[in-house]
Amino acid sequence: MSITAEIKKDYIIKLAKSGKRVDNRKFDEFRKIKIETDIIKKAEGSAKVTIGNTQVIAGIKMDLGEPYPDAPDSGVMTTAAELIPMASPDFESGPPDEESIELARVVDRGIRESKIIDVDKLCIIPSEKVWMVFIDIHILDYDGNLFDTASLASLAALMTAKVPIERLKPMFENLQEKHPSIEKYLKEHPKDFPLPLSDPPISCTSAKFNGIVLMDPSLDEEQIAEARLTIATDTKGDIRAMQKGLNGSFTVDEINKVIKSSFDNGKKIREILYKSVGK
Amino acid sequence: MKTEIKLIKNGKRLDGRKNDELRPIKIEAGVLHRAEGSCYLEWGGNKVLAAVYGPREAVPRHTQNPLRAIVNARYNMAAFSVDDRKRPGPDRRSREISKVISEALENIIITEKFPRASIDVSIEILDAEAGTRCAGLTAAAVALVDAGIPMKDIPVACAAGKIEGEIVLDLGKEEDNFGDADLPIAIAPRTGEILLLQMDGHLTQKEFDKALDLAIKGCKTIAELQKKAILEKYQKNMEE
Repeated sequence: MSITAEIKKDYIIKLAKSGKRVDNRKFDEFRKIKIETDIIKKAEGSAKVTIGNTQVIAGIKMDLGEPYPDAPDSGVMTTAAELIPMASPDFESGPPDEESIELARVVDRGIRESKIIDVDKLCIIPSEKVWMVFIDIHILDYDGNLFDTASLASLAALMTAKVPIERLKPMFENLQEKHPSIEKYLKEHPKDFPLPLSDPPISCTSAKFNGIVLMDPSLDEEQIAEARLTIATDTKGDIRAMQKGLNGSFTVDEINKVIKSSFDNGKKIREILYKSVGK
Repeated sequence: MKTEIKLIKNGKRLDGRKNDELRPIKIEAGVLHRAEGSCYLEWGGNKVLAAVYGPREAVPRHTQNPLRAIVNARYNMAAFSVDDRKRPGPDRRSREISKVISEALENIIITEKFPRASIDVSIEILDAEAGTRCAGLTAAAVALVDAGIPMKDIPVACAAGKIEGEIVLDLGKEEDNFGDADLPIAIAPRTGEILLLQMDGHLTQKEFDKALDLAIKGCKTIAELQKKAILEKYQKNMEE
């Protein structure tokens, strides 16, 4: 833990005992969320999300590729996150570290396991050619709660992404010689089209220290946290993903409270997301 | 790939610019919370963010210079910033660009003030469309000022080039791909000293003189935009 975090710790705990947070939020309240979409021209879809002072850009790139042998009729998606030195004095350049990999995997699982992307509709020629979807997450400014910021940015980017038929026309034409069935695919998909998506679960992260549980921890709160819990909830009122982190623990009662507050916040965040992507 | 496209039609370039005209440029200082100084810059289709940390103790220790600070600029392209996804992480091209930008900035920063320290400049290319190194260096300069790093001048970069036999300012995407020469430079606008200079393609000595002259003029125009961006941020802070 950094020296400043240690100094701030007493102050944050003292405030929390009287029911307050440093930035005057309620315990179950998110910081201000802002979503901007279609900001990167070269990307198939993109979004910048800010939660408080945390800023993340997610960009979607698509390409033609080969399917995995165990899923020959499905498109392929990969998620990568870069904790670049720009975002924090503590991030170093170099190959992805543990933290970036956990972040990318949690976001990836949230999208993959909840089956938001209908990968079966991303097949071009079974066992031969499918669409590859790359989600790249760029952390620009780190002030806590990367999980929720990164997953919200990925969702907004996916929801505004267009499958780049027109950009890849020359590649399709090359393929046509070997695979005549491409002609049928191009007839059915003459233009760029939106990614086939279903309603996404929204992830909400809470942190616990000194017996107090807070929603959407800022960096200062995150640095003194003993335990962390991320819960993704959907429109039907079901839980779709969970991840507990750090070496502290939760009681069953605390977990139930976090679940309830994740549903409440998830609903509000979903409204902001839909509004920003024009849905 | 050989594609014949006319880069100049009726005296106008593909995007309607005149030969000595820059693409639209927008600069904003102080856009990030964590970084000590930062800048967001849009230049034509380029979108660039720069951030500065330091002066702080240089690590690993063997990189420290007992007489002055070292300057580490890191130029990095986002995976989604180009047509075909770029694999994340540094490649040979971005390492080279990082090196020439670091050297240009080292010249202008008063490094003797901070022995054993490093000044770290992070340049992220979010959307790329020809001329990213110039855009990156120009943004980095504003971020350095925003971070309060002492400098002899505010460096600024711009390119000139040759398309269809004519010398033009600030090559666009197609002009860069199909043009005859590209000459990116960075200068210290107060003295006119050249801090970065690269050239690829083919220029006669006369053409080089003309291109250099044009690029310097471009730099001076952009230098005014840099100053305006810095003033805007600090004037706003004063009013608040």
